[in-house]
Amino acid sequence: MYPILEKRLLAEGIWLMKIHAPRVARSAQPGQFVIVRADAHGERIPLTISDFDAAEGSVTIVTQAIGASTRKICALEQGEALADFAGPLGRPSEFVHLPLEEVRQRRYLFVAGGVGTAPIYPQVKWLKEHGVRADVIIGAKNSRMLIYTDAMRAVAENLYIATDDGSEGFKGMVTGLIEELVEQRGERYDECVAIGPMIMMKFVALTTRKYNLKTTVSLNALMVDGTGMCGACRVTVGGKTRFTCVDGPEFDGHEVDFDEAMRRQGMYRTQEQRAAAIEAEREAGHVCKIGLDK
Amino acid sequence: MANKIPRVPVREQDPAIRATNFEEVCYGYNQEEALLEASRCLRCKKPRCVEACPVGINIPEFIAALHEGKLQEAADIISADSSLPSICGRVCPQETQCEGSCILGIKGEPVAIGKLERFVGDWKLQNGAAPKATAPRNGRKVAVIGSGPAGLACASDLARMGYGVKIFEALHEAGGVLVYGIPEFRLPKQRVVAREIEAVKALGVEIETDVIVGRTVTIDSLLDEEGYDAVFIGSGAGLPRFMGIPGENLNGVVSANEFLTRANLMHAYDAEYDTPIYVGQRVVVVGGGNVAMDAVRTAKRLGAEATIVYRRSEKELPARVEEVHHAREEGICFRMLTNPTEVLGDERGWVRGVRCVEMELGEPDESGRRSPVVKPGSEFEIACDVVIMALGTSPNPLLAATTEGLETSRRGCITADEHGATTRKGVFAGGDAVTGAATVILAMGAGRTAAKAIDEYIRSL
Repeated sequence: MYPILEKRLLAEGIWLMKIHAPRVARSAQPGQFVIVRADAHGERIPLTISDFDAAEGSVTIVTQAIGASTRKICALEQGEALADFAGPLGRPSEFVHLPLEEVRQRRYLFVAGGVGTAPIYPQVKWLKEHGVRADVIIGAKNSRMLIYTDAMRAVAENLYIATDDGSEGFKGMVTGLIEELVEQRGERYDECVAIGPMIMMKFVALTTRKYNLKTTVSLNALMVDGTGMCGACRVTVGGKTRFTCVDGPEFDGHEVDFDEAMRRQGMYRTQEQRAAAIEAEREAGHVCKIGLDK
Repeated sequence: MANKIPRVPVREQDPAIRATNFEEVCYGYNQEEALLEASRCLRCKKPRCVEACPVGINIPEFIAALHEGKLQEAADIISADSSLPSICGRVCPQETQCEGSCILGIKGEPVAIGKLERFVGDWKLQNGAAPKATAPRNGRKVAVIGSGPAGLACASDLARMGYGVKIFEALHEAGGVLVYGIPEFRLPKQRVVAREIEAVKALGVEIETDVIVGRTVTIDSLLDEEGYDAVFIGSGAGLPRFMGIPGENLNGVVSANEFLTRANLMHAYDAEYDTPIYVGQRVVVVGGGNVAMDAVRTAKRLGAEATIVYRRSEKELPARVEEVHHAREEGICFRMLTNPTEVLGDERGWVRGVRCVEMELGEPDESGRRSPVVKPGSEFEIACDVVIMALGTSPNPLLAATTEGLETSRRGCITADEHGATTRKGVFAGGDAVTGAATVILAMGAGRTAAKAIDEYIRSL
């Protein structure tokens, strides 16, 4: 069991949890993920690591309660424990392995969307600690849904905010802000890293392609084991089938077939939605008499 | 003459009923039936069955002990060569091993050695004496990677010799392929697998789950930082293969590994569990091995019309004869000499069928099987919602990629000598990780062979 050391609400439905997992904390690197199972009946779901502290033996995850399993995880309280917390999985971000002199020559632009803001943090933090310059764009529906802004401000060279309704920062999509930075303000970047909803990453990649700006995306594909065994996370990158869990989760955003990736994410959606609806009915005191819950 | 008695039939669940549940298909012998079947053994002076057993179990002797009603003695005889009789009795391909060589099989039916082994194994799990006292702890530690048949066998032998043994398992539950791969209806998890694992733990073996060696820890950190004197790799062959045909990434195409892991390890068929599984109305399983049979019969149990598509003929099916027979009884449709060329999708990107070609058998290939060739102009379509690829698996490259000096073959299998020693000092390996996907009994045997080599290696330090 993996005790929850700390639990904090970051925005509506988005929870930060610091988990006691010393082995994972010792080996974790930016870009990697963990497989989490809430309890003995739970699903194994992949979550990108949002921070880690080897000395404390802790790993931080940020979860948005959207499906039955993420709601189950978010319902656990500080002092309770997750049944399983396996990792770190996947390959670390490319810059971790490159010669530092080379990485220091580069200027990074990070584009974070929604709950994807959290896994951007350990990457920007790593770069800051290694003397690499990185700007960060955080996008959200509105100012209330923004997360990690203070933490990010401490590690980013420049922090930009975009909200759909203009309640904070730039009014519009992150792609509009990228265009403004590059085209209006003449900012120059050597690499872009985008983490967020699949649809956001797709459009960030389309935008940066115009500038020939190398773009890395972190895919949140469906997985069961997370170690290369099931192949549920298959994704087409540059015309070749790759496994997100072992070949990724980070890929060249200009090579990813996002339409296929988004379609594959929905593989079990109807079933999940059905399960969630039945659960909601049950909570409301309704007992199904025609066997829909079977 | 003893061999005038016909082979004692084994009781099984009715096919029409079992095709709708996950209970074990075969009930096995009761004591009376087992003793009667045991009386059929001729106790050959030169027993061909022993030669044909991958681990050389002294079959006539255990059957003789069983015939005399000495069950503990029968169990001890098997234990000398096999640590997992309840499991091997259920999943070994007896028809190509012990039973395939039984002299009674020439004119009639061979002794039901597998069913007798299962009977003795199950008796031992329920009534057997506690494991013989292990040697005193010698203060040396061995790390075992993977808790499947190879790892369990290696760990229990080393623990008996006095080593401190810890098994590292990547998944949340111990058992490897016995838990994620082989379905409940063929190998009961609580009644058999969990008990075998408890027996290994009772010897003092520790099991740590959620540890992916190569990521969570490395072989080097186990040897250098955690103080292990040697490492045994029994990580199996878990990576699924796909065909590389168009349409394989459509929604509804899954590997047998994914499908079976969802059903077996994650209990997706049980409403109490959260993991989803998708079967649709019609399922096509591509392949002819045990995994293909397991997948197609699981799909059938989940309510689908289920079909096997295999490119060779029935004679070449690599699955156990009993599984093919059971699958047929359960109403599985078999389309032999058929090979998919494309998975067809609808406008939403979901599977709507498979395009196939008919095959005919040509010259024997290097494996001795006649290789299939396409019959020109034979293209046709099979309508379905789900396609399950059961084309075999290969070892995970993670350990080789993260361990200096650990060599692999071109097929990704870890290079090891006949004792299990790899190219890296202090690191041993066995089972599917070395051979590629094979059988439980070979993996178990390789684990035990490596345990001996590890003991010799540590003594020589």
